[in-house]
Amino acid sequence: MDLSSTEDRSGKRAATQIPAAPAAAGSSPLAAAAGAAARTSSHEVTTPAPQVNVEGLRSWYGEQQAVRGVDLRFAANAVTAIIGPSGCGKSTLLRCINRMHEEIPGARAEGRVTLDGLDVYAKESDVVAVRRAIGMVFQKPNPFPTMSIFDNVAAGLKLTGTRGVDLRDRVEQALRGAGLWEEVKDRLGRQGIGLSGGQQQRLCIARAIAVEPRVVLMDEPCSALDPIATLRIEELIGELRANYTIVIVTHNMQQAARVADTTAFMLAGELIEHTATEQLFTNPADERTEQYVTGKFG
Amino acid sequence: MQREPDRGLTHVEAGTLTPGGGRSSLERSSLRRLPDRLLKWGLTALAAAILALIVYFFVRLADESSAAFSRFGVFGFTFDDNWDVSKNIYGALPLLVGTLITSVIALVIGVPIAVATALYLNELCPRRARGVLTTLVELLAAVPSVVYGLWGVFFLIPRLKPVEQWLSDTFSFLPFVGGPVAGPSYFIAGLILAIMILPIVSAISREVIATVPVEQKEAALALGATRWEMIRIAILPHARAGITGAAMLGLGRAIGETIAVTLVIGNAPTIGKQLFDQGYSLAAVIANEFGEAAATPIHRSALIAAGLVLFVLTLLINGGARAFVIRGERRRGQA
Repeated sequence: MDLSSTEDRSGKRAATQIPAAPAAAGSSPLAAAAGAAARTSSHEVTTPAPQVNVEGLRSWYGEQQAVRGVDLRFAANAVTAIIGPSGCGKSTLLRCINRMHEEIPGARAEGRVTLDGLDVYAKESDVVAVRRAIGMVFQKPNPFPTMSIFDNVAAGLKLTGTRGVDLRDRVEQALRGAGLWEEVKDRLGRQGIGLSGGQQQRLCIARAIAVEPRVVLMDEPCSALDPIATLRIEELIGELRANYTIVIVTHNMQQAARVADTTAFMLAGELIEHTATEQLFTNPADERTEQYVTGKFG
Repeated sequence: MQREPDRGLTHVEAGTLTPGGGRSSLERSSLRRLPDRLLKWGLTALAAAILALIVYFFVRLADESSAAFSRFGVFGFTFDDNWDVSKNIYGALPLLVGTLITSVIALVIGVPIAVATALYLNELCPRRARGVLTTLVELLAAVPSVVYGLWGVFFLIPRLKPVEQWLSDTFSFLPFVGGPVAGPSYFIAGLILAIMILPIVSAISREVIATVPVEQKEAALALGATRWEMIRIAILPHARAGITGAAMLGLGRAIGETIAVTLVIGNAPTIGKQLFDQGYSLAAVIANEFGEAAATPIHRSALIAAGLVLFVLTLLINGGARAFVIRGERRRGQA
């Protein structure tokens, strides 16, 4: 992968180095971080990725409704963060995008999710094809415990069929893309669960991007990691938008401020506000958003 | 400097923990601790009793069978292909071979079906049907083995004979296949045993498969795995050691099964040339011949020796299975 836009990365590093300073009373404590993260529009696009549209999405777990009619646009080759208190439906929304939601017994969803206009829930859409196009990274690093590092990355490739594919090459590319190659290139045959938590999560990112999806969904990808490992993943997310459309669900508002171009705030299954990250954290339109980002609840 | 306030603090706390000058509140009377000790000793005694029972079995069997072993030799008794009651010559190889062949057939047929059943029940089956189907599979274990045997004699043997003959003719290029089909045979016995081990293998496999973390399954599905691919890359590697253990438990059951095998194996104390020949097994010979053997001490001793061989065989297999499962777990733990 093209490790382009060094300016972009250094810009982000500057952003992450600024601690979420306790700002003056009244203004958002995240204002500083969000302000520094205002490098949203200028980044290079290596591989154009699709725009993801969610229209009128509602979903249920049994009788309980988790998402109550959400319309959201995830811009192509951008990072969109979804924030909100626990149980607001943000993870459910994310899982509806690649139809992982329906793996939970009793769960169902209604509405439209489109990938450059192609409906993920259309009758002729196949769930396997959908998930190949929309990769996912989970909260807890989940490499396959019995497989080597190499086999973990190759696992998805082997599913799609490896005819005419240079497996070694693709694995190396994916590991480079996930910023893990230099650390593991001498021990590809070792088991993936021997890596540290942060490395495991990057291994999972490598596994997800090895099948060359168009969109990458991340469900609180750093919540099980320490701050240093978190920083690495956040840098990686900034690089990945050159090739993918990224949606990240996070509990951590600073993280949203650091990595996201736009941020959506959800509450009780509804979308409250979706706007440029800086604006959401400094000058939100909705009172509830302001209360949340200033730490008055949640 | 730091020490002074520390000491003062401990002093105060020690005082508060000893109300009214009696026992410290960190103590408890030995009477109140008695139940714990009783439980510990009681359970230790029970565990020891089990061990003692096994040792006692072994010693009694060895003692009662010593006549046969001293006449034919341990090796000679176990591995001689000659079981002739009329001449009082006892070499148990045909029985040993029969036991092993029928058990292997049972595993080859039974384990894949049991694992497939477990996978279906855990991963594919609609949730409402799951309880009913699980109960039905487990009900197979509740059928008495004599009923399986009778069902084999009156239903399976006559109905399967043409099928067996066809198999025998078609696959005669394989070793141990071909030639005329006897009614009762190794194959029928193995088939019955396969059905009999199905519930236990399936139940344990199901438990093991249920322990596969949902994160692993989701990891596979999110990569675009189909259900079968998810089973292959996420479930089976995780559950392999447990499924092997389940198969070994099934094998233990198959080796020891007596009455159903006696009814369908044909009770011919010779080594069959092929899969569809009649044979005999260690357990079946004991059940069949014990009545008549009461009068002949050497015959009786030989049957008990056969029991000892069966006992040792089961021990070896269980030990092997245990070692296999432990090794599998350790290998996974190392990673």
